[in-house]
Amino acid sequence: MKGRRVTDDAKRSGFSRRSFLRGGAAGALSGGLAGGLLGGEAAGAAAANDADAAETVGPGAVEIELEVNGAARRLAVEPRVTLLDGLRDRLDVTGPKRVCDRGTCGACTVLEDGRPIYACSRLMIESAGRGIVTVEGLGSPDAMHDVQRAFVENDAQQCGYCTPGFVVAAAALLDRHPDPSEPEIEAGLGGNFCRCGTYKGIRDVVAGGVTGGASRG
Amino acid sequence: MRPFAYAAPATVEQAVSLLEAEGSEALAGGTDLLGLLKDDVERVDRLVALRGVAGLSGIEVDGGALRIGAMTTLQELRDREEAIAALPALAVAIDGVASPQLREMGTVGGDLLQRPRCWYYRRGFGLLALAADGSSMVAAGDNRYHAIFPEGEARFVHPSGLAPLLVALGAEAVVHGPAGERRLPVEALYRAPQAPGERENTLAPGELLAGVEANVGGSRSAVYEVRQRRSLDWPLMTAAVALRGSGTRVELARIVLGHAAPAPYLATAAGDSLAGRELTAETMAAAAEAAVEGARPMSGNRYKVQLARTAAKRALERAAGMEIR
Amino acid sequence: MADYSWPEADRRAQIGARPARLDGPVKSTGFAKYPSDQNPPGLLAARILTCPHAHARIAGIDVSAAEAMPGVRVVQVIQGEGAEIQWAGDEIAAVAAETEDIARDAVRAIRVDYEVLPHFVTEEDRDRAPGASAAGERTEGDPDAAFAAAHRTVERTLGMPQMAHMCLEPHGQVCSWDGDELEVHASTQAVSTLAGQFATELGVPASQVRIRTEYMGGGFGSKFSPDRWGIVGAELAREAGAPVKLFLERDQEVTVAGSRPSAFACIRAAADEQGKLVAWDSDSWGSGGLPGTGQTPLPYVFSRVPNRRLRHTSVPTNLAGSRAWRAPNHPQACFLTMSVLDDLADELGLDPIDFLERNLDLTGRADTYREELAIAAEMASWKERWQPRGRTREGAVQRGLGVSIHTWGGRGHSSNCDVTVHPDGAVEARIGSQDIGTGTRTIVGQVLAETFGLELDQVKVSLGDNVYPQSGPSGGSSTVGGVTASTRRAAQDALREVLVHVAPRLEAEPERLVAEGGRVFVDGDPSRGISWREAAASIGGAPIGVQGRNPGPGRLISSGVGGVQIAEVEVDMETGVVQVERMIAVQDCGLIVNRRLAESQVYGGLIMGVGYALYEEWIPDPVSGRLLNADMEFYKLAGLVDVGSLEVHMMTGPGYEDRGVIGLGEPPVISPGAAIGNAVANAIGVRVPYLPLTPDRVLDALAGRGGPA
Repeated sequence: MKGRRVTDDAKRSGFSRRSFLRGGAAGALSGGLAGGLLGGEAAGAAAANDADAAETVGPGAVEIELEVNGAARRLAVEPRVTLLDGLRDRLDVTGPKRVCDRGTCGACTVLEDGRPIYACSRLMIESAGRGIVTVEGLGSPDAMHDVQRAFVENDAQQCGYCTPGFVVAAAALLDRHPDPSEPEIEAGLGGNFCRCGTYKGIRDVVAGGVTGGASRG
Repeated sequence: MRPFAYAAPATVEQAVSLLEAEGSEALAGGTDLLGLLKDDVERVDRLVALRGVAGLSGIEVDGGALRIGAMTTLQELRDREEAIAALPALAVAIDGVASPQLREMGTVGGDLLQRPRCWYYRRGFGLLALAADGSSMVAAGDNRYHAIFPEGEARFVHPSGLAPLLVALGAEAVVHGPAGERRLPVEALYRAPQAPGERENTLAPGELLAGVEANVGGSRSAVYEVRQRRSLDWPLMTAAVALRGSGTRVELARIVLGHAAPAPYLATAAGDSLAGRELTAETMAAAAEAAVEGARPMSGNRYKVQLARTAAKRALERAAGMEIR
Repeated sequence: MADYSWPEADRRAQIGARPARLDGPVKSTGFAKYPSDQNPPGLLAARILTCPHAHARIAGIDVSAAEAMPGVRVVQVIQGEGAEIQWAGDEIAAVAAETEDIARDAVRAIRVDYEVLPHFVTEEDRDRAPGASAAGERTEGDPDAAFAAAHRTVERTLGMPQMAHMCLEPHGQVCSWDGDELEVHASTQAVSTLAGQFATELGVPASQVRIRTEYMGGGFGSKFSPDRWGIVGAELAREAGAPVKLFLERDQEVTVAGSRPSAFACIRAAADEQGKLVAWDSDSWGSGGLPGTGQTPLPYVFSRVPNRRLRHTSVPTNLAGSRAWRAPNHPQACFLTMSVLDDLADELGLDPIDFLERNLDLTGRADTYREELAIAAEMASWKERWQPRGRTREGAVQRGLGVSIHTWGGRGHSSNCDVTVHPDGAVEARIGSQDIGTGTRTIVGQVLAETFGLELDQVKVSLGDNVYPQSGPSGGSSTVGGVTASTRRAAQDALREVLVHVAPRLEAEPERLVAEGGRVFVDGDPSRGISWREAAASIGGAPIGVQGRNPGPGRLISSGVGGVQIAEVEVDMETGVVQVERMIAVQDCGLIVNRRLAESQVYGGLIMGVGYALYEEWIPDPVSGRLLNADMEFYKLAGLVDVGSLEVHMMTGPGYEDRGVIGLGEPPVISPGAAIGNAVANAIGVRVPYLPLTPDRVLDALAGRGGPA
């Protein structure tokens, strides 16, 4: 065993709220920086902070709060639990699928603060304070999102196991580019794979006929 | 994954302090590190999340200088028009990560410091993949994706998508550590480990890559990736070039190969061969040939020499605006 | 004797139409609950410890640390001390625990001492294989004399490696016991036959095993049995007294849960001056892992080549045994045969389509192929665009066209279906089949709707449960024929019963009544009719229930199809990178039930075909004996932007539809490897002898070097 064991303090009060607030503030992750990037000013300003303020939590369960498909969810998870496993095993949100579990296949794609990510490669604790939208959050069988309806109409699914990830990725693509060019399709759907071979239908989904992206339900 | 603790510092100083402890590891986008932990290839006691650290993300374009915070995501960089306008080759390098999910999650720092994809390393045989008798599993095994410029027993390739371009540009890495800030050429971030347990980067415990700075003014640069699939796939070979000069006359050329060696491979002889010359089909072909001089392919990756030659030639053509294809 | 048949073409409302699949909305919204999505209360998670060595003997195993971990409920040794392990990834022990992470912690805590033994995993290396066994020689005619007299002969050594099924939903199941009754939510292709296999292993009557598979995430021939992890999962659940979820990790899935056998061959083929095939000699070998592999059916399609000699060697390796892979043996046989014929055509100076046409009498379906070749050639503008091999344009990128043909049986399997008509007009079918993604649920619904003259949303289909009537496993393109035959027969019988009740009211013989457009009326006189609801009400208080059984071939179903595919590729001569630009498929499958789903099957076959033609292969490590790409990173599937533009033409009309329903899952995946390989040869001027057509292999071929990998 190398290194020191850090304190296992599962329920240290305040973490989840602070994490929530901090996560929320950092959520936009926008490009601009107020001060000088990488330079002395930023470092100097930061130096005023006390290093001890960064609390270590876990490895036991830590209470966190996040929004899943519009509903606030509070749960205690170990830091090692991925967003995907937390959604599927703890919250019974099973639309996102675990297929490669290594950030390659796209079956676990969800939106985090509106951006498509691989839920298998994000720790759930990192999503604390953020908004997660899974395929279930886009629409339901009785009230499908335009992209979901287009998947049905274009027969863009067979076994359907890659479909939830593809639907979310396609919705994110169409949100960015309502009428995507070939390079935009390439850039937008290159991170999802299907085994049955439903790409013809999916291509038809994104190439035409869908009027709304992820923001429209 | 084995259990680990977690800390989310707000400042660089906090992060550095946390990272000084043995067993602590920085968590950026997570797309590589989580896989390593799942496969039990690397172990940590504590992850230090950099996502909420102030001052680590952002992009500045200031005249010819481009500064990129390490926690800037690839997609943020791709979407920053001034940055792409200042350095169009960035778009090619970023688009080479053909997955929006990875571009949204992956960071510039994470791309530069991601660990090798060598399938022996990823299966727990170590970065050098030495058998019990000390012989190379890579040399005796399947090395189709491995180095054509191995360094000692380091036969893996560095997978960074951005590093070849940044090295070609002579970019600097900004590193924060317990002793404060230091700057070093991006290529100096890398080394070829020669003993089991050594890493392929030069960061000391507690050090943190804060960002990179490149002077992009007055040079023409380009990236060419040989990829088998258009969808998410590692390049089989990458070449990045940066040219300074006037008209078609080259004063300084830097040609860097990615996926060719344990670190981004600066093909010095190839760059030198163009210095003081005119860019023509002949000089570019000669430079591409020089780029693979000294290549030492193994049993299954001889084809990568040809890919390196082609990638170097096409990157040069692209930078020179003489693309034929 | 009742007459069972499909409606005449002009009276079909559902058969041949393009309705959307019934489960599209639940799948596209993530509401469909797959076996791996089941989270019953009290669920435990299980993980399996596998052997890291390709060949070893277990010298000792210690599970005490795992057992002592908090949250661990059961630890089971699967193969203990003394066991000889024959492939990396074989199961050693299993753990059920309160969370998956704890189960993984416990698996890591199990200590196993292995005595490592020598292994062999290089399937292509027949001469070094310790257990290679020759299957003997089969000769027809006089091949030696025929070769001696032939006008042109080619000799090639070709092959394709083992590859993975790579089902996206891994193999596995959730097992729950209630007393001595077991319920299994299984990701399976065999709902009706699984219970008996579980029962035998677990020592309970099959009547106490319930199998449920509402949805499943792909099988492709690899999910027909409970497998060891299924039995272990049930045992863990029984011992823990709680439900247990056990699905394989991705690396396990790739390594042990399904691969297609390899096929290599040294082939000689010869033709006479008229371009007629006269002789064939093949010396083939291949591996399906530890069991080796049987003879590949050569020469493929052109099985009537007059003078033939066949030899085959089975090469066992220290790799997990192969499983049926979509169209077993056919893609391999097709690639080997069509590559050699394409090279022979080139040797003869013939357009390959012309060459195939000259030899169609050596096949079993000459008329079908001839018609399909003409259509495919037209779609591809072959006559205008095909050029002989060799450089045809400036620059590094060369373009080429290739063609291949294939065949498959596709006869409907054993199937039973219960159809019930309720007095309120509700109609439902219950069938112990499964929808593995092909659209079985929708197809059954269409047959019901067609028979009763209703809309698809007016009928209910229940499947994926072994309490429903037995229906065969979904393999070999046998499902559509089986389920449509049993459903149609049950539905026609049930309708006849309804019509007997209705007849007096319409003052007509029941035989003269028809159900169409939501009404029942006198054939030829629609005004003499009543609504379906009224008709159903006439049956009285009790529903009518009828079971239909597929008795085998008849007017409803048959077997035997032909298909033609053309590929167009671009090859970068300086990098060896191949890009498929276009694929054309012309396919016969008898009577098409759902045109949209049929086309989807063909598109899917083409796409999977691009995958194995260009990217997919198992990469076993000669040093460690482990698979080096048991992941989705270096085991490369084709992505959406890698497959080019796809065009499908389904054969319909007389000569096709009147043969009844024939399966379609397998045929379209057979030809892509051959068609793409031939297109690459056409583009670059030389044969790339080994699939997948990776840059290293293409560059080797261009440099005049052969040899796999």
